[in-house]
Amino acid sequence: MRTQAYSRKSESIRKFLYILPFMVLLATFAYFPLYGWVYAFFDYTPPIPLSRSPFVGLKWFHSLVENQVKIDQLLQVLKNTFGMSGLILLFSWLPMIFAVFLNEIKAMRFRKFVQTVTTLPNFISWVLVYSLAFSMFSSEGMVNGLLKQLGLTDSPILFLQSSEHVWITMWMWITWKALGWSAILYIAAITGIDDSLYEAARVDGATRMQLIRHVTLPSLLPTYFVLLMLQIASFLNNGMEQYFVFQNAFNKDTIQVLDLYVYNLAMGGGSYSVSVAISMLKSLISVVLLFSVNGLSKWFRGESIV
Amino acid sequence: MRNAVRAGAADKTISVLTYALFALFALLCMYPFYYIVINTISANDVSARGDIIFLPRQIHFQNYLDVFKIPGLWNATLISLERTLLGTSLTVGASAFLGFMFTQEDMWGRKFWYRFTVITMFFNAGIIPWYLTMKSLHLTNNFMAYVLPTIVAPFFIILVKTFVESTPKELQQSASIDGAGIMTIFFRIMLPICKPILATVAIFAAVDQWNSFQDTLLLVTDSKLYSLQFILYNYINQASSLSTMVNLQNAGSTAMASLATKQTTTSIRMTVTIIVVAPILLVYPIFQRFFVKGIMIGAVKG
Repeated sequence: MRTQAYSRKSESIRKFLYILPFMVLLATFAYFPLYGWVYAFFDYTPPIPLSRSPFVGLKWFHSLVENQVKIDQLLQVLKNTFGMSGLILLFSWLPMIFAVFLNEIKAMRFRKFVQTVTTLPNFISWVLVYSLAFSMFSSEGMVNGLLKQLGLTDSPILFLQSSEHVWITMWMWITWKALGWSAILYIAAITGIDDSLYEAARVDGATRMQLIRHVTLPSLLPTYFVLLMLQIASFLNNGMEQYFVFQNAFNKDTIQVLDLYVYNLAMGGGSYSVSVAISMLKSLISVVLLFSVNGLSKWFRGESIV
Repeated sequence: MRNAVRAGAADKTISVLTYALFALFALLCMYPFYYIVINTISANDVSARGDIIFLPRQIHFQNYLDVFKIPGLWNATLISLERTLLGTSLTVGASAFLGFMFTQEDMWGRKFWYRFTVITMFFNAGIIPWYLTMKSLHLTNNFMAYVLPTIVAPFFIILVKTFVESTPKELQQSASIDGAGIMTIFFRIMLPICKPILATVAIFAAVDQWNSFQDTLLLVTDSKLYSLQFILYNYINQASSLSTMVNLQNAGSTAMASLATKQTTTSIRMTVTIIVVAPILLVYPIFQRFFVKGIMIGAVKG
């Protein structure tokens, strides 16, 4: 009896030992970087190692707001972050509408074709998107070529160097890349809707638009809600890749989101400690956001997201 | 009756509008790729003026031969292929094993370790702390920096775990009664069953590896380790010097390079773009059928 319990215990430990190496890897690359936050409290300038850098307490956090220039700069970065994330939230219903109307297309071949083609951009990198953008919109690109041939412009329009409408153009590239892909989830959800709901509505004389409004959309709302909550949780995490590749000397002011700002500060300006301080604040706020939306979800749907 | 007719007319209008909008968006998604392809096979002097818009002119394939004369491009292609092959196999192997192990209810601390894994999807220290950590681990200018951090991938683990949970428990139980150990069950029973979900994971992982740019940007200064994505980014910004160099090389070997095949900044940039995007375009039709399944399983708990 005791040996049986013992062997069960040892089996349980043995199973854990199998996954231990992987947990060590995860701890190294996902948890150990948290230790990097200590750089925010030191005056770290490479190549002097951290161990010989002076401890400065909260100096860098204070320095973020120490004079008007710095405040303005931080405000501009926050404005960009809020602007671009805000646009994404504002149009977060687009994939759902895309799926609903794609479902209305009765020619199966055309539907399949649209779905295949519009999903493709999701699988190319931002560098490639930038390369396509450059080919289409640079001064000798396709759009300027066409405008010139049609006699609409004399000198090329510098789309990519413009500092105006950057939020909107960045949002448009995101949409171009991700719309078809984001719709897949909704398309799958639509196929899961019970056909008898449609039958019943049709018997009552509902038109196509009424079917969409009263049957399809309500069935998709739970999915939409979950995705919206996740988007809110990652409000501050725009990622830097897209903005990095599209950034140039002319649009820098309006394209710098928090993630790019943090990168530019450290890798461009060498201000590692300030950059880590901002990054730390950002991560903490993101966690608070995540817990808040999770709480909201529990309250609304009685189910957590994470 | 009149209502029905009016509703029918409205339906028609909506239908036509729907078709038109979807056709337009599909065109927007395809055209940039088509535009670059026709430009790389057209006469380079015409394409540099931006005159190739609908159909290629004076078709030639010299660009695809010339472009590999740029030093570093071939090496970057190999680096990208290596990291994709090695990274994908390790990620798929680890995801399969961990996804399976996390279904083992008698594993010590199973719930804790599963949460420990999943939570990293929502939280990270930030890019600069990560960079400083990688530096302290001597993972800068090191090929392993491309591969090691991607091995344990929570999203893929969730995919596999959900899949394993949907298979009948009796399979494992009967094998275990027959005296099979956990490793035998994994390799002999689970791996073959999990093939469809592992194919999905492999595709996602391979695309991620191939497209990865940020890690090279942050961690690599040694040009021998540059990936194709990174090289492409550099080329977009400095294509003019490269075209001069290829032209000089060509001038040495052949007596006269005609204008149509002479390299321009445009031809170099576009040809490299096609080389970087080609693997995705080639495998996309094959893997397209896998990922709908993949994203649906992931959506259950994402």
